Amino acid sequence: MDKAKNKKRNLILLSILGLVLFFGTWELLVHVGVISERNLCAPSTAVQTFLYKLTNTKPDGATLFAHFFSSIKLSLAGFVLAVVIGIPLGLFMGYYKGMDSFFTPLFEVVRPIPPIAWIPIVILTLGIGFKAKVFIIFISAFVPCVVNSYLGIKLTDPTLIDVAQTFGASRWQIFRTICIPSSMNMVFTGVRVSLAASWSTLVAAEMLASTKGLGYMIQIGRNLIRPDIIIVGMLTIGLVGALMGWVLSLFEKKVAPWRYK
Amino acid sequence: MAVLKDTIIIKDLAKTFYLKSETKEVLKDINITVKENEFLVLLGPGQCGKTVLLNILAGLDAPTGGEITFVNGRPPMGDLGVVFQRYALFPWKTVMGNVEINQKFKGKSKAERQAAAQKYIELVGLQGFENSLPKQLSGGMQQRVGIARAYASESDIMLLDEPFGALDAQTRYSMEDEILRIWEKDRRTVIFVTNNVEEAIYLGDRIILLGGHPTGVKKEYVPDLPRPRNYTDPAFLKLRNEIVANTDLVL
Repeated sequence: MDKAKNKKRNLILLSILGLVLFFGTWELLVHVGVISERNLCAPSTAVQTFLYKLTNTKPDGATLFAHFFSSIKLSLAGFVLAVVIGIPLGLFMGYYKGMDSFFTPLFEVVRPIPPIAWIPIVILTLGIGFKAKVFIIFISAFVPCVVNSYLGIKLTDPTLIDVAQTFGASRWQIFRTICIPSSMNMVFTGVRVSLAASWSTLVAAEMLASTKGLGYMIQIGRNLIRPDIIIVGMLTIGLVGALMGWVLSLFEKKVAPWRYK
Repeated sequence: MAVLKDTIIIKDLAKTFYLKSETKEVLKDINITVKENEFLVLLGPGQCGKTVLLNILAGLDAPTGGEITFVNGRPPMGDLGVVFQRYALFPWKTVMGNVEINQKFKGKSKAERQAAAQKYIELVGLQGFENSLPKQLSGGMQQRVGIARAYASESDIMLLDEPFGALDAQTRYSMEDEILRIWEKDRRTVIFVTNNVEEAIYLGDRIILLGGHPTGVKKEYVPDLPRPRNYTDPAFLKLRNEIVANTDLVL
């Protein structure tokens, strides 16, 4: 018991050590002058800028929270749309052969196109506003939702389907009560990948003329040669991404608790 | 002993699989008459097609020859109790959720199906575990859930496909007693598939020995031993040797 506790504590210490070592080395390199402060700010400067940006709109025109809010609105809009359309589509494609034949060739052609390659055509068709950005994010989040939901259905244990069949379940009952719950593992993997994709495509989407957003803030930081602004933008993206992943895993434990008990 | 009525008549049943490069005859000339409420054991070596035969009986697969007559009319899908080798429980459902599912498919009300499920959970001795997930139970307990779930179909015919094959030896012995206890308490026609000779003799009213290529009925044995049977009873051992001598070896 004590041994297990010690082991757990050591592992936590290692996690902390990793972070401390990384940021400590970085801080030191800047202070010693190996890295010029004009190119890369020290973590301590980034923290100062972070605190400053919480209440100040200079030099990029909005507070950090305003940027964050604008970005999260965009990425959640694209993400939610992808989940709402992508998961049912993937599930149905996995279960109904007709749907599979109809959609799969189309999907296979669209799938390899990277989200960023959509930008030019999206500008021409949807412009540069909210809709255009949401669409780019949607594309990036949509693909993993479909693929994983599809696989989740395909990987249903055939014996469980046999059980349901001998119990006289209809095709729809089998889909609803057997295939969907058993696909939940894969579906959530897809959602997790989608969430990460939607958040990381954000910067690309915000390169389409913006006046707000974390991606925009990073761009301004580059134009003004303010590495601290860039780093604050990047770290905020990183932290929020990690936080969203954590919230999602809490949600998963609620929806699919049988995996964890 | 009263004369038992026939309940399933299997006549000249055959099953051939047509694969790309070959045709594989698995079952041929299977003739078995199953009596009402008897405990019938289908005994055969591994890979001999026992499961194929059971799947055909369960309606999961179609024979390529012969016919099966259910004397009281073919029970529709849903009125069959099948117990699978690897439990095949729904991991996301509790014990209650697993046991009630047959009646749920049939559209029974929640109160009705849960009352029935409760009865069968108690029949297999799992009261107190209604809200456990399969993962939280031992192998023996999981298979009890499998048995309760099959019984909850309220079918007259129970098909058990090597139900104890995945259990360790100790649990297996106690589950053999368990299944007899359940069957004596709630009489139904049981067709029990196994590859284990002792298990067959311990359980069966009749034992149908399957074998040959393609698989057919080799012989029928009726153990004339009172229950509970004793594994070390000389008559038990004599029958065991007789059956073993007659069984095809699979290496």
